[in-house]
Amino acid sequence: MAYVDDYPDASKLVRACFGVSFVALGLGGFFGLIQALHRTNVFRGFVSSADYYTVLTGHGVLLVLVFTTFFIAGLFTWATTHSLERDVPSLTLGWTWFAMMLVGTALAATAILAGFVPSIDMSADVLFTFYAPLQAHPIFYIGAALIIVGSWIAGYTYFKNLWGWRQDNPGERIPLRTFMVVTTMLMWYISTIGVAIEVVVFLIPWSLGLISQVDPLITRTLFWYFGHPVVYFWLMPAYLVWYTVLPKLSGGRLFSDPLARVVFVLFLLLSTPVGFHHQYLDPGIPEGFKFIAMTNTMFLLLPSLLTAFTVVASMEHGARQNGGTGRFGWLGSLPWDNPAFSGSALAGLMFAAGGFSGMINAGMNINYLIHNTLWVPGHFHLTVGTAFALTAMAISYWLVPQITGKRLQFRGLALVQPYLWFFGMTLMSNAMHRAGLAGVPRRTAEPQYGSVDFSGVVGGMTEMRIQIAIGGTLLFVSLLLFLVVMAGTWMAERGRGQLTVNGVIPPALSGPEHSPRIIDNYRVWVAIAIGLIIIAYGPPMFDLVADGLLEPGSPAFPA
Amino acid sequence: MEIHRFEKLWLAAGILLIVGFIATVTYGAVGEGVAMVNDDGGTIDPTKVSEDANFSDPGVEQVGPHEYEAHIVAQQFLFKPGTSTPIRVPANSTVTFYVTSSDVVHGFNIVGTNVNTMVIPGQVAKMKVRFEEPREYGIVCNEYCGAGHHTMAGTIEVVPEDDYEGGA
Repeated sequence: MAYVDDYPDASKLVRACFGVSFVALGLGGFFGLIQALHRTNVFRGFVSSADYYTVLTGHGVLLVLVFTTFFIAGLFTWATTHSLERDVPSLTLGWTWFAMMLVGTALAATAILAGFVPSIDMSADVLFTFYAPLQAHPIFYIGAALIIVGSWIAGYTYFKNLWGWRQDNPGERIPLRTFMVVTTMLMWYISTIGVAIEVVVFLIPWSLGLISQVDPLITRTLFWYFGHPVVYFWLMPAYLVWYTVLPKLSGGRLFSDPLARVVFVLFLLLSTPVGFHHQYLDPGIPEGFKFIAMTNTMFLLLPSLLTAFTVVASMEHGARQNGGTGRFGWLGSLPWDNPAFSGSALAGLMFAAGGFSGMINAGMNINYLIHNTLWVPGHFHLTVGTAFALTAMAISYWLVPQITGKRLQFRGLALVQPYLWFFGMTLMSNAMHRAGLAGVPRRTAEPQYGSVDFSGVVGGMTEMRIQIAIGGTLLFVSLLLFLVVMAGTWMAERGRGQLTVNGVIPPALSGPEHSPRIIDNYRVWVAIAIGLIIIAYGPPMFDLVADGLLEPGSPAFPA
Repeated sequence: MEIHRFEKLWLAAGILLIVGFIATVTYGAVGEGVAMVNDDGGTIDPTKVSEDANFSDPGVEQVGPHEYEAHIVAQQFLFKPGTSTPIRVPANSTVTFYVTSSDVVHGFNIVGTNVNTMVIPGQVAKMKVRFEEPREYGIVCNEYCGAGHHTMAGTIEVVPEDDYEGGA
């Protein structure tokens, strides 16, 4: 029996979420292609350089807000229902949060896309960070708020399912996948409060003209309070896949369930009190608080380093079950011809590279060399752009057949897709990192200036430009292959032969019984997480608001 | 809780790496005196930058032997001074930059160096920079500031000490 038969309600929701996320991925990816060709001056015929920023806003919002949030909502619905063995508690509630997120997406997308049409007096050319005092149309902020509130309600349904399970299974340990979902959502609740206050208290009233000014530093700080944990909101679902599905696809099982739990608890504790590391260069924030954020950030490396160990160890275990031998020879015994495996494994490998450039970003002093240069998008295209996105695509090859009951179509295309992504991203990201070291800024339509001479530290500027353009094009081709496979599978007929995937996840080598029970007591961890946030954010926030919530205030500048 | 021997080693190496990173940054700050942009530039009313004593006529002035102050206003889509006239400072000098914005958020980056700050309306970014040798540097705004963002750039000319005849 496939998942779709056992959990019909959840399957409907997961399908709807994945459907929206794939549309957002396609459109956002197309915008990415336009940018790669435009800023490298290979082809500037799609849009004017002024409209480049409309494209850039669309790329950011559609990919890091819409694609991610919908995909994660679907993935978590699958993970909780499947590991608790209970269908969603209420389909009505499910459609409620889905509809909220969908309406939010439609509002935000309308505001952004209207920027292409001069005759419509509406735009949101504010990029996905929407720093005040550049101002977007109110429906942009309202849309963003609806997506987040919708995700809160989705989170409530995961908890509701867990509470129901607990009544039926008193004293049992929370199943690993549900534990991961719960810790991720708790972190999400804590961190989205920042952006919710920013948008609801400040930006929406300001864009409606109810208040005349906002303090750009306060709104930025609230954004970044949310802006770093959000990257863990993207990564932790990828970790969920790497910990629970990837070992099985490798032919084995997870190495250690207790350490997987410890890793997720560490993320819950440390993801939020680090936001000032995005503001190392901000005036108005004392150095000491930047230092505290840096220390927390560096310790946030620990759960990722632990993950690297456990995931590789689990893959090796699987490879040896398949008959692999030797110190490195076992690598050859992994199922590299299974795109669900190869995509997840390549995403993990790229994340290791992204982790290293992230360590540079985190270094408070060296950060000044690369802040707001092309290095930064070079970095996060390895993390959210590959660790998350490629894992999401890879796991779809495994999950979409289960939620539709249909065999994966166009297997040949699916086979090459992850490798093409990996190759394209290698070209694009390495060149972006090096161009950043040369000082080439990010977020610009035409990074060539009469008065500025960029000289490459390693390699020449032309070579980097060409690598970015070719890499971006290959990524888009890879994305199209993925969408063709998904569309083909979705529209295929049901019941033609057996599914070639099975959804059974074997228990870990070292099970939850080897970890102390307190690990499952998430109330304790939430209390500590809030304590750390008060230390990191309390005094500087107090200073920022001491001279008035809206002071020093800026009026709006239309974007 | 069981932890595999290899994993314990890995964990120890990871913690060592983290502590090492924090130690190097601490050494950079305490030992080498690498300063961060801080809150000591103070605040300013962003709607009245042109009336401010320091920013109404921005530019470079000498405040001591080999010591200079440069006040710069960033606005859509130029640096004042910097874009239409270069910022001129002598070699072998220490220049304290004060940068603020009269409209939206900008960036101020001397290309290829770690002289880099956010320029946030309402705040004054303060940075001390040492210029040793004569040469020309490019400046770019590296934070999106509106439809003409990609045109916002400027120049710093570090001139030989003997040729210096005052700032922009």
